[in-house]
Amino acid sequence: MIRHWRLFVDSTFLYRFRRDKVAIASFSLLLLMVLLSFSSPLIAPFDPYDPAQIDIMDSDMPPAWQAEGEPRFPLGTDAQGRDMLSTILYGTRISITIGLFAVLLQSILGISLGLIAGYFGGRIDAFLMRLADIQLSFSTLMVAIIVLAIFQASFGTELYNELAIFMLILVIGIAEWPQYARTVRASVLAEKKKEYVDAVRVIGLGSGQIMFRHILPNTLSPILVISTVQVANAIMSEAALSFLGLGMPVNKPSLGSLINSGFEYILSGSWWITAFPALVLVLLVLVINLLGDWLRDVLNPKLYKD
Amino acid sequence: MPILEIKNLEVRFPMRGGELIAIRDISFSIDRGERLGIVGESGAGKSVAAFAILRLIGRPGYISGGQILFEGNDLARLSPEQLRQFRGNQITMIFQDPMMTLNPVLTIGTQMIECLQTHRGMGRKQARKVAVEKLRRVAIPSPEARIDQYPHELSGGMRQRVVIAIALLTDPAIIIADEPTTALDVTIQAEIMELLLALCETHQVALILITHDLGVVSEITQRAIVMYAGRIVEEGPTRDIIERARHPYTHGLIDALPERTHPGQRLNQIPGSMPSLVDIPPGCAFHPRCEHVTDLCQTRVPGYTLLDHARVACHWVAAQEQS
Amino acid sequence: MIAFFIRRIGQAMIVMFVISLIAFSIQDNLGDPLRELVGQSVSEAERQVLRDEMGLNDPFLVQYWRFLKRAVKGDLGNSYFFKRPALEVILEKLPATVELVMGATLIILLFSIPIGVYCAINPRSWLTKLMMGTSIIGISIPVFLTAILLIYLFSIELGWFPSFGRGETTVLFGGWHTGLLTRDGLMHLILPSIALSSIMLPLFIRLIRSEMMEVLEQEYIRFAWAKGLTRKRIWFLHALKNTLLPVITVGGVQIGTMIAYTILTETVFQWPGMGFLFLEAVNRVDTPLIIAYLIVVGLIFVITNTLVDLIYGLVNPTVKLTGGAA
Repeated sequence: MIRHWRLFVDSTFLYRFRRDKVAIASFSLLLLMVLLSFSSPLIAPFDPYDPAQIDIMDSDMPPAWQAEGEPRFPLGTDAQGRDMLSTILYGTRISITIGLFAVLLQSILGISLGLIAGYFGGRIDAFLMRLADIQLSFSTLMVAIIVLAIFQASFGTELYNELAIFMLILVIGIAEWPQYARTVRASVLAEKKKEYVDAVRVIGLGSGQIMFRHILPNTLSPILVISTVQVANAIMSEAALSFLGLGMPVNKPSLGSLINSGFEYILSGSWWITAFPALVLVLLVLVINLLGDWLRDVLNPKLYKD
Repeated sequence: MPILEIKNLEVRFPMRGGELIAIRDISFSIDRGERLGIVGESGAGKSVAAFAILRLIGRPGYISGGQILFEGNDLARLSPEQLRQFRGNQITMIFQDPMMTLNPVLTIGTQMIECLQTHRGMGRKQARKVAVEKLRRVAIPSPEARIDQYPHELSGGMRQRVVIAIALLTDPAIIIADEPTTALDVTIQAEIMELLLALCETHQVALILITHDLGVVSEITQRAIVMYAGRIVEEGPTRDIIERARHPYTHGLIDALPERTHPGQRLNQIPGSMPSLVDIPPGCAFHPRCEHVTDLCQTRVPGYTLLDHARVACHWVAAQEQS
Repeated sequence: MIAFFIRRIGQAMIVMFVISLIAFSIQDNLGDPLRELVGQSVSEAERQVLRDEMGLNDPFLVQYWRFLKRAVKGDLGNSYFFKRPALEVILEKLPATVELVMGATLIILLFSIPIGVYCAINPRSWLTKLMMGTSIIGISIPVFLTAILLIYLFSIELGWFPSFGRGETTVLFGGWHTGLLTRDGLMHLILPSIALSSIMLPLFIRLIRSEMMEVLEQEYIRFAWAKGLTRKRIWFLHALKNTLLPVITVGGVQIGTMIAYTILTETVFQWPGMGFLFLEAVNRVDTPLIIAYLIVVGLIFVITNTLVDLIYGLVNPTVKLTGGAA
């Protein structure tokens, strides 16, 4: 089953991909951003985490092509004298990392709960789906803001800053499980009706085996589509939380916290501290969204709907 | 003088890597008050032909050739606004599944009154009166109350009655009914068919009935057309077709009727299945399943052999007639 | 109808109960009312006596019950920073947030439906392609960035609109400070409203478009064409009514997100609303204020959600309000 599915996807998949310029461009750009940001310790001119490399005398320099710019800092420096290019590279890495791990957590939680709800049905199903409804209506960002605000208030800022990356992954990861659960549940219900699941059951495989070996592979395409969009959403949520000062601290900034620290200086004309991280953030989210749209068109999975 | 004349109608669907011809060279006509059946297996193109008359083929399909002459107007060439004057007015339709045909969020009344307002320019009150009257015609109990209900409050049979009432609203010249009973309970099917027949007779409405059910065709229609793989293979008076079918395919269809089989005996089947429109065999499309197949059948598409009131597209029949 | 209403109220009560429980545990863990009252200079023994007197050593449920009784009366404690009842402080800021949300909602309603419908019925037009392209860029720009961009462009560079605050307000009956009645107030409202609607608008355009395209494929729409109705009637009555039903549900789900976005928008524009106040309260660890915000926002959320459900039930004939919704 898996191999057949693979073959099918691979063929039309590649065919449609090669013909779609937007998809190719988005994918290349995403790949470039991931590669550059994850090799930032190797390629970045400075280490923004190393206080020894930061000189406050270098602060607030415009990009190199402007009159007061210096070639040492191609994109200028921020208010603390950090090289923008290096900080953005490191920040992008943090943003992507949080996005990926949050979605990983979401998918593990959501897929398991969705499989359980769909496969066992009855009261478990009703309870889980009711919970999903309520959770969804509260909105991830709202829940995250409140939870993180409370944690920050009770931990104290210093301890919180240490734990911020884990807290972000945890909160965004837990809050969005219903997206997966609903879709997986819907696919399981649809698959359950098909004959092969009965056939497998007749052979005598246990419910766990049926779920993970037979049903799950068939729900892969909706999961893939959701995951793409969810990574974009997670990166957006992280940026929003960091912008509010509830996410990554200034000394270990993500794209959101960079924009936050730059916003204070935008009125005084230092546009580059905000503009460059903002541009990277928007591009990152945009290419992921475009890929998500493209995947949705190509795979055309039955996503959850009311 | 026929009221509707279809000439060489062809419908295509653009697909990745070429166009698919759903129906080709379809010609037939229908007289005022006449009842015509179009029979065939699913995929034969009978629904496409029916919907093409009012240019209602689903995207991306389009009419690629032919004429649809209704009282001298070629419906295939009218502007959308001109065509709209005919749709639901002189020519109305009954769809297959009454559960899907009616708009779920509008009352029965709204969906009836709008037709009269559009085509007859009636005021609300008068239109409502006419609508209630038509609901009574199709034997819906307490129509004054039903008219204000939503479709989901009615059973499938009742809904199809409503659809028939809508089709009758504007006193059309032709009703096109696309498998009007297949989605219904078997017990209700006969009732609805009888109602349709009675209404067509009393109102002198011509009926084009699309169905895969030869039994229904023989009860309702006066003339029948048999379609196979997008073409008409046989046409004639219904009685003749049922009793003396000439085309081997029609023969097979009639032989497959359960009534033609003795109890305990296996049902007669035509061997093989209808080709998909993507790979229609060369020559006569039916030749791979035909017991009378000759070399000619495999290479040349048969033309129509004209018989007394009928025509057949078959080399074998043509050869018989010549000898 | 009444049964539906009661069931919905019951659900709302449960949600409020959960919120109150969360609020109480925050108070229990975060705030030390003693420190606020007496400061650090009191000995441990004296503290214990005071704790007993104030009932801080009572069992959890007793304390929660006491909290609940006071909360129902509107007493959520005094804000540490403002030294005034927290609820009062929050409610003073309510009009600003409500007017901001109204502005954004107006923008969303005014633009999403016509644009979404246009894109659905003209899927191949260049304008549709432009709209869909713009909308995906729109949903990819975080609200706070749009806000910053708007300020930079229209306040700093062009100087057309003010960059922060609410401007001139007038007092309506009941002490509602409104910015809607003065030119200055309205000018201040424009940029924040656009920012707040900046993700929702493209989201709803895309949603309405895809729902409508799906509806247009339905058999009852084909039947409507077969009836010879005018395009206008088919698009704007037959199709649109069916399109908007699921959109209402999604609208209900988005209320929570909208409230979250007000925090972002208000922060960037220093809009003196509840969200801005909440973030300040978090930074000052002003526990009573945090709790008051939580409860007020929870109430707004629950009420609007119930309203959306009721509206859906009233508009959708297939939902029987007497029994359970299908």
